[in-house]
Amino acid sequence: MAASYGRIVKDGLWENNGVLCMLLGMCPTMAMTGTATNGLGMGLATAVVMAASNLMVATFRNCVTHEVRIPVYILIVAANVTFVDLVMNAWMHELYKVLGLFIPLIVSNCLPLARLEAFAAKEPVLPSLMDGLFMGLGFTLSLTAIGAVREVIGQGTLFADAALLLGPSFHFLESRIMAPDMGILVLILPPGGFLVAGLMVVAKRMVDLASGKEIKMAGAHSV
Amino acid sequence: MSTIRPTWVHATILGTFCAGFGVALALTDDVTKAPIKDRALEDKMTSLGQVIPLSIHDNNPATNVITLNNGEGKPTMVYRAVKDGVVTGVAYEIDAPGGYGGPIKLMLGVDPQGKLLGVSVIAHKETPGLGDKISPAKSDWLSRFTGLSIGNPPVEKWKVKKDGGQFDQFSGATITPRAVVGGIRHGLEFFAENKPAMMENK
Repeated sequence: MAASYGRIVKDGLWENNGVLCMLLGMCPTMAMTGTATNGLGMGLATAVVMAASNLMVATFRNCVTHEVRIPVYILIVAANVTFVDLVMNAWMHELYKVLGLFIPLIVSNCLPLARLEAFAAKEPVLPSLMDGLFMGLGFTLSLTAIGAVREVIGQGTLFADAALLLGPSFHFLESRIMAPDMGILVLILPPGGFLVAGLMVVAKRMVDLASGKEIKMAGAHSV
Repeated sequence: MSTIRPTWVHATILGTFCAGFGVALALTDDVTKAPIKDRALEDKMTSLGQVIPLSIHDNNPATNVITLNNGEGKPTMVYRAVKDGVVTGVAYEIDAPGGYGGPIKLMLGVDPQGKLLGVSVIAHKETPGLGDKISPAKSDWLSRFTGLSIGNPPVEKWKVKKDGGQFDQFSGATITPRAVVGGIRHGLEFFAENKPAMMENK
């Protein structure tokens, strides 16, 4: 029953997108999408944790009994988050200063746990790694998109401080779309997160409808 | 999956995973401990560098630390700049209470005469676009405190203009500048009270 890689990529990035379709991981989605750069950074950190966790769970999937699987999954996600946290603090310190506060939030994100239960617990190692990676990249895509909308309308910039996250060669990404005083402040504040995320979900469904697809309320278990 | 196994099997599996990841985490912690400590010290030096000019000291202020009690009994770390054996300036963190999003963490640099060498914001949760003009990246508001002291302006003028003082508030945001001005004034009073202890070079 191994899913094809094309299917995994499509599911992760669009069809079964963690944020826009399954509505999972709302806590970091609201907290970290004030700017596109923050969304991108949070998404990438989550993708790393998801890929590593999926890989580990798939590796051990035959030696974990059904009854204790959830504590073992949580242990694996929490351990991976701690690894990422310590390693980034030690050797990627500039990035850590931007993202450090939010890395522990990955533990409270139910998207990694959902993918462990729905995919990695049943599938071989390589497809599980791919699923974790592309679900994570789909998450990154959604967070960056929501962050971009909030940032442009809220403070008139796009990818502000991208060079802090990605390195000095990415200064070209930082752009100013509108004058600083034109921004609508509410988009940066918490209500803006809910507004934009909701509109994104609607937009995705409209695109699906327009391309003749049937709208289904996809759940975490629709592998 | 459906066969019923005895409890000890589950317990052993869970226990093995906990032990395995416990060891892995301990090893990671061991390997990263020293670099993380170095990074923390570098961060401290960077933030001290913003409030103490490089030219006035020949030591590393991040490692010349004394601990004093502030008025509320909270220990405050005072970092000291020393040149030729004489203390030429001190820097310490203060919490300015009353910010819109909780206390605002500031770092003050003060010279032996009680004049501000510089002020920097360590952490704040003020509203983006309104209160966050206190951060140097957004406006130069904070730099106007450099060179001022209690007495210049006089203590009753250490307020925002709206309260009869001499410091500008931001349009649409009075609470944040009020908290910062009050916090800096308290910080300078803390210096005045503890000056002998701070200036004594052990």
